[in-house]
Amino acid sequence: MNRRFLRQALPFLTLAVVLAATFYVQPRTMSYFGLNLMLQYAVPIALATIAQMFIITVNDLDLSIGPFVGLVSCIGATLLLDNPLLGILALLVLIATYGAVGALIHIRNLPSIVVTLGLSFVWLGIAVLILPSPGGKAPVWLKALMGVQTPWVPFPIIAAIVIGVVVHLALMLSSYGVIARGAGGNPKALTRAGWSMLNTKVIMYMLAGFFGVLSGLALLGLTTSGDAHVADRYTLYSIAGVILGGGEFIGGRVSPLGAVVGALTLALAGSFLIFLKISPDWQIGAQGAILIIVLALRALVSYGEHKR
Amino acid sequence: MIGKLLRQPWVFSFGAAIAVWLATIAYTGGQGAGAILTAAFSFATFTIIVGLGQMMVITTGPGNVDLSIPATITLSGVVAMKVMDEDTGRMVIGIIAALGAATLVGVFNYGLIRLLRIPPIIATLSSSFLVLSAAISYGRGIRIKPPEPLAQFAETQVFGIPIMAFAVLALSIALAMVLSRTVYGRSVLAVGQNSRAAWLAGLNVDRTRFLTYVLSALLAGVCGILLSGFSRGAALNMGEEFLLASIATVVIGGTSVAGGRANVPGIWGAALFMYLLVTMLNTFGASAGIRLILTGLMIIGVIVAAGGEEQR
Repeated sequence: MNRRFLRQALPFLTLAVVLAATFYVQPRTMSYFGLNLMLQYAVPIALATIAQMFIITVNDLDLSIGPFVGLVSCIGATLLLDNPLLGILALLVLIATYGAVGALIHIRNLPSIVVTLGLSFVWLGIAVLILPSPGGKAPVWLKALMGVQTPWVPFPIIAAIVIGVVVHLALMLSSYGVIARGAGGNPKALTRAGWSMLNTKVIMYMLAGFFGVLSGLALLGLTTSGDAHVADRYTLYSIAGVILGGGEFIGGRVSPLGAVVGALTLALAGSFLIFLKISPDWQIGAQGAILIIVLALRALVSYGEHKR
Repeated sequence: MIGKLLRQPWVFSFGAAIAVWLATIAYTGGQGAGAILTAAFSFATFTIIVGLGQMMVITTGPGNVDLSIPATITLSGVVAMKVMDEDTGRMVIGIIAALGAATLVGVFNYGLIRLLRIPPIIATLSSSFLVLSAAISYGRGIRIKPPEPLAQFAETQVFGIPIMAFAVLALSIALAMVLSRTVYGRSVLAVGQNSRAAWLAGLNVDRTRFLTYVLSALLAGVCGILLSGFSRGAALNMGEEFLLASIATVVIGGTSVAGGRANVPGIWGAALFMYLLVTMLNTFGASAGIRLILTGLMIIGVIVAAGGEEQR
């Protein structure tokens, strides 16, 4: 078996192992209801991970996605509920802002880490202004969508597959996707071939904003009330999800299916650790350990894949 | 002369800090101008200590960053307080234990990066989870007060300037000397500019990066000890705010995010600026939301004004 294949299969194998371990520790989770309960929060995490992946594709990093998802949940629980038209408009403005930030970063050649760091304060500030304390209510249709009972296969699994496949088709198989990934691989070559780096970056940032909005709405459908701080951990989850899924920080090497699988693994690992009855003190530590083990395996697999 | 000065990247951060301070005292009509500066020097020193460590790590090249600083601060604070156990006689051993724990974190970080080839951002993130868990588990229970001399050191002022600030000034000058005059410092810059060229030139890239990650962890350890002296005890969330602060000070201070160019004075300017900014917004009576938004916009504004990297 060649290493390249093994490397791409690793995220899926990891998920299978974590899933098997969870079933072993708590056999009752091996049911429609159990899977639904364990994986429902994987949907917004997967969407945020995809958003982060678009930014990583063009060699940037988004440190603001967590607070952004929180802001969307606040807008969804207030404006979108009271005045749907205005709510949708606000969300569109947010996506446009993401695009503008992409343009600013490209034109002034700014470090994305710092700009998005600043941006994270802005999102959090707006969210706190809208909802100083958790509150509001999720629109009924959103709750219904996230609580839908699909036959045979639980909704979160179907949603994850749909998200992964759609983005995979768009980014990995379409000709525009090749250009987008090329923007991360070799921006100079792309510019010389006559493509606009500015356009590419703006589009990728707007896609990230779009998926960030989807993530916030999905999360709101589950939590049913808005909270500025609800998704603070998503920034780290999304970065870890992309990397767990086989993506790399530079060179446009990303994998949408892998990213979704990485997000599922992270969400599942949380439940698994609770079933293991590890002391709450070590819950976060155990998540760190899982990350390290998976990445160590990847290092083992790709060792010698390409000599440096 | 003035043109040359204006091109120095750190001038921006000091300019911004002074502007914000002037705006604040203009609003208060000159009242509390000195007190604000004293507070700024007290609080900024903690940010400066970890900012210097983060600066060294970021300077070793693209992708290098230390996200385990907050967890290391917490661990060091907890270890120091627990080992000292409010006993002045045990202060030295407490400091040694805390710095030892911090050093271990640095060694572990680089082990993950080098041996397991994990990107630094993820490696230090994962290790920070482990470190935080260790701190939570070890520090369970009562709040322990720092021994009196430690608290004294963290609070004493001379002419309105905390002596801690002088100590950190000495540290900064030492680090600037190390960067420009020692083999290690020059290696950090060379590795950051082009690690392959540095390697071909015979520099020990691994050792340079290893020492830098350990240095960053060590400085986080120092920050943890001083902070628990200053705030009269360690808390499990004491490191939290320093993740963003350490990165923001480095970049606002004019250190290149692409690596290879460090800027020590800029760390001071940026740390003072960030503290004074929050003070100004508090003085203006801004609500929490407005304060956050303006802080964010200011960070973006400074980086836009200072400009990005030139194309390579």
